[in-house]
Amino acid sequence: MSALNPSGWRPEAGTGESAAALAPTASGDHALALEEPLIFELAAPGDKCGVDLDAPESPPLPGLARFLRAAIAPLPGLTEPEAVRHYTRLSRQNYAIDLGPFPLGSCTMKHNPRLNEKVARLAGFADVHPLQPQQTVQGALGVINELAFWLVTLTGMHGVAMTPKAGAHGELCGLLCIKAAIAARGEDRRVILVPESAHGTNPATAAFAGFAVESIPATAEGRVDLAALTARLGPDVAGVMITNPNTCGLFERDMKAISDAVHAAGGYVYCDGANFNAIVGKVRPGDLGIDAMHINLHKTFSTPHGGGGPGSGPVVLSQALSPFGPLPFTARTADGVVHLIEDTNADVFPQPGAFGRMAAFHGQMGMFTRALAYILSHGADGLRQVAEDAVLNANYVLRRLEDVLDAPFGHSGPCMHEALFSDAGLADGFSTLDIAKGLIDEGFHPMTVYFPLVVHGSMLVEPTETESRAGLDRFIASLRSLAERARAGDASLKSAPHFAPRRRLDETQAARKPVLVWRETVAPA
Amino acid sequence: MRYLPLTPADRTEMLSAIGADTIDALFADVPAEARLPGPVAGLPAHASEMAVERHMAALAARNLTAGAAPFFLGAGAYRHHIPASVDHLIQRGEFLTAYTPYQPEIAQGTLQVLFEFQTQVARLLGTDIANASMYDGSTACWEAIAMAARITRRKKAVLSGGLHPHYGETVKTMARFTGDAIDARPPRLDAAPDDADVIAAIDGETACVVVQYPDVLGRIPDLALIAAAAQAHGALLVAVVTEPVALGLIEAPGHLGADIVVGEGQSLGVGLQFGGPYLGLFGCREKFVRQMPGRLCGQTVDADGRRGFVLTLSTREQHIRREKATSNICTNSGLCALAFSIHMTLLGGAGLARLAQVNHARAQAAARRLGQVPGVAVLNDVYFNEFTLILPGDARAAVRALADRGVLGGVSLGRLYPGEGGLDRGLLVAVTEMTGDDEIEALATALDDVLQGEPA
Repeated sequence: MSALNPSGWRPEAGTGESAAALAPTASGDHALALEEPLIFELAAPGDKCGVDLDAPESPPLPGLARFLRAAIAPLPGLTEPEAVRHYTRLSRQNYAIDLGPFPLGSCTMKHNPRLNEKVARLAGFADVHPLQPQQTVQGALGVINELAFWLVTLTGMHGVAMTPKAGAHGELCGLLCIKAAIAARGEDRRVILVPESAHGTNPATAAFAGFAVESIPATAEGRVDLAALTARLGPDVAGVMITNPNTCGLFERDMKAISDAVHAAGGYVYCDGANFNAIVGKVRPGDLGIDAMHINLHKTFSTPHGGGGPGSGPVVLSQALSPFGPLPFTARTADGVVHLIEDTNADVFPQPGAFGRMAAFHGQMGMFTRALAYILSHGADGLRQVAEDAVLNANYVLRRLEDVLDAPFGHSGPCMHEALFSDAGLADGFSTLDIAKGLIDEGFHPMTVYFPLVVHGSMLVEPTETESRAGLDRFIASLRSLAERARAGDASLKSAPHFAPRRRLDETQAARKPVLVWRETVAPA
Repeated sequence: MRYLPLTPADRTEMLSAIGADTIDALFADVPAEARLPGPVAGLPAHASEMAVERHMAALAARNLTAGAAPFFLGAGAYRHHIPASVDHLIQRGEFLTAYTPYQPEIAQGTLQVLFEFQTQVARLLGTDIANASMYDGSTACWEAIAMAARITRRKKAVLSGGLHPHYGETVKTMARFTGDAIDARPPRLDAAPDDADVIAAIDGETACVVVQYPDVLGRIPDLALIAAAAQAHGALLVAVVTEPVALGLIEAPGHLGADIVVGEGQSLGVGLQFGGPYLGLFGCREKFVRQMPGRLCGQTVDADGRRGFVLTLSTREQHIRREKATSNICTNSGLCALAFSIHMTLLGGAGLARLAQVNHARAQAAARRLGQVPGVAVLNDVYFNEFTLILPGDARAAVRALADRGVLGGVSLGRLYPGEGGLDRGLLVAVTEMTGDDEIEALATALDDVLQGEPA
């Protein structure tokens, strides 16, 4: 009998039925499991407002009369207490890295340090306009320049384009540099070679930039087939796009040979830097002959993913490609002044080969401040440790699970920062999806599933360096249990998740008759 | 290191469990000549939270913040008051540190927000549907042009001279590589926008006409007129809104016949942040849904029949379609979309209308006062919260001289259009609910001093 429970009451053993079925509630909520209506169901347009505003001091200009809105926009307003509650309740329907491991392979869900959030909100960064006179924003330009220096030095490259707004935008930037460099040589090369294990963004970007995309096969051990690639090189090939470490979690051992062959054939090497987290501080891509590589600041350098962005995708460039980068860019003169170069014919640092602007303004400043704070925190020594711990954690997962989950490339040596498993060995009718949904019930976010495409039923696990050993052991125990259940054909796994805010959702219905906006006539299901 | 939970003992034991002697054994696939023997040369070592904070604060202190000066900059980024609850809510870890909602059962928070966001944006822009956001307004503008080309199977876009020059440059950069034809024109310093020129340029080859509303000089084009002209030639009207607060007062582009409406959403919920991250708004007619770029969130039901939301129509997207995708976009601007949506929820339609009225009234007060400065003329007959002043001399020099006096007085057209003759006397002045009478007076006085050549 404990002092806190003098009655000696003990809970009765479960009956096996769900609590919700045993004790239905009038509200439909279940203690901390709270449902939340849409804002359109909470208030009618025009009812109320959560912002106090004075009345305007004058009516609209007479000349504006013919442009005025016929009726106010039909948008409901909520007062502050209602709005805070709405969004707080919604937030609780989300899993997040703050709640537990989020081992999405290739996505690099690592801890987001709160110092970064704090510095990004300093008024000197958060409350400056992109078009202020340069003399008034030397600190902001200094951040861009300082981060650029780190990125160039860490990668062993020559220059960096800071403006791309996400990884895929960075890919586009790199390919446009390649296209501009080839055009400057007076050549016309229209083919980009992409390994079949590549991220979907690679071929999409190449096609968007006007290239023809050709696929390069992988070897049995999950790497680019050097012989096949070399055989395809020729005067029509503008370059290759290679992910290194690749999406099977393996380092491309032949990277330098690939680069040399592509260069000898007059092409350029684009590296998808989504997996830079595995080698930062240990390997400089510039030493491998890379000409362009984007760096996802929201992956390697810990800026928050925010439920799907914003990202930031600076592109480091070789000496050969640097003259062809986009505008604007920053450059520092000997007097310590940082210049923002917005014009190919600028007085200082003219760059006649620059291919132009990719977006308004100068890049994702709010991500730059966060990434710089992260980089300075780790330093050159700490970043090296980041890569080592990320690789150690992934190999630990790989070796602790390969007896119950098929690891298709486990025999070919250690993995880098992510461990790849397949669905081989699961009972008939059981799939990767069932394991993923089972992980949800276990309290974890699933790994990346069905990618890369070169492995059947891929499960790509990227623990990152910010998981503790105890946390990894808990995750491994859960995944082991699920693998055993799927091998044994445990039917309850087929209907997982059972404990999430929603059970499996009907994606076919969503796509067949898309309902993308709320309408009064659409009754809630 | 404060962000790395493994202890030295953990590392040793884990290596042993793996069967590796050293950490370098795990990097065996990296050729020896590419492996660095130690930390990258030329970079400092790790630093404490306190030290990093001091360093960043010192950099921040070297900027003149908008809140510390009379402030009149706009041109695609606007300084509005953001309710305190917006930033508080977007910092909830469940929103801040979640990924793209690939596992909808445990991402209903993000997904419902996106569904609400899409509905808010569609209703604001006056379109049938909207997507879950783009990188920013300028990239959304290019994506709209690419989408119009897919729909019409034509390759020419006509750009109004009133389109923000950064948007125009972004479009031209992309078109240079894709082979689309761009028929652009510089702005003219006229009181009226170039509607007639734009209409005259539309022909049977035109995929779309791109018109900013209000335009970069603050003028308001007649979208209905241009839409009718475009339609007569089988072309689409793409309307671009860089200041969404304006749509609290002036008619939504979708209601005026625009087929695709894109915009920059930064004004609501997202601060200036020196240019990014911002968020692109993208709405269009429902019949174009399968040609849309970017993420879409749709309503569906779960296995128990309960309403839920999922990412949908991903067969348009790069991870399924690869080189046949409608766009290469993977990331959207989720957290900025959340901030926009919360701010919009706090305002509602009525609050947005009031906010727009106040902006417009404040701008009138500024235009009246600045028009009284000797040598200064207001170009616009009509404007929302931003207008163009014509100075007697180079506005770029005037802006620098104003900054020397601690006044952030606007954006010169010389800055926006380097190398473009005939525009250098133009100064864009933006005014919001944040702009006080004292700031307007400070700008008027400083401008007078600058124009009279008084030393700072």
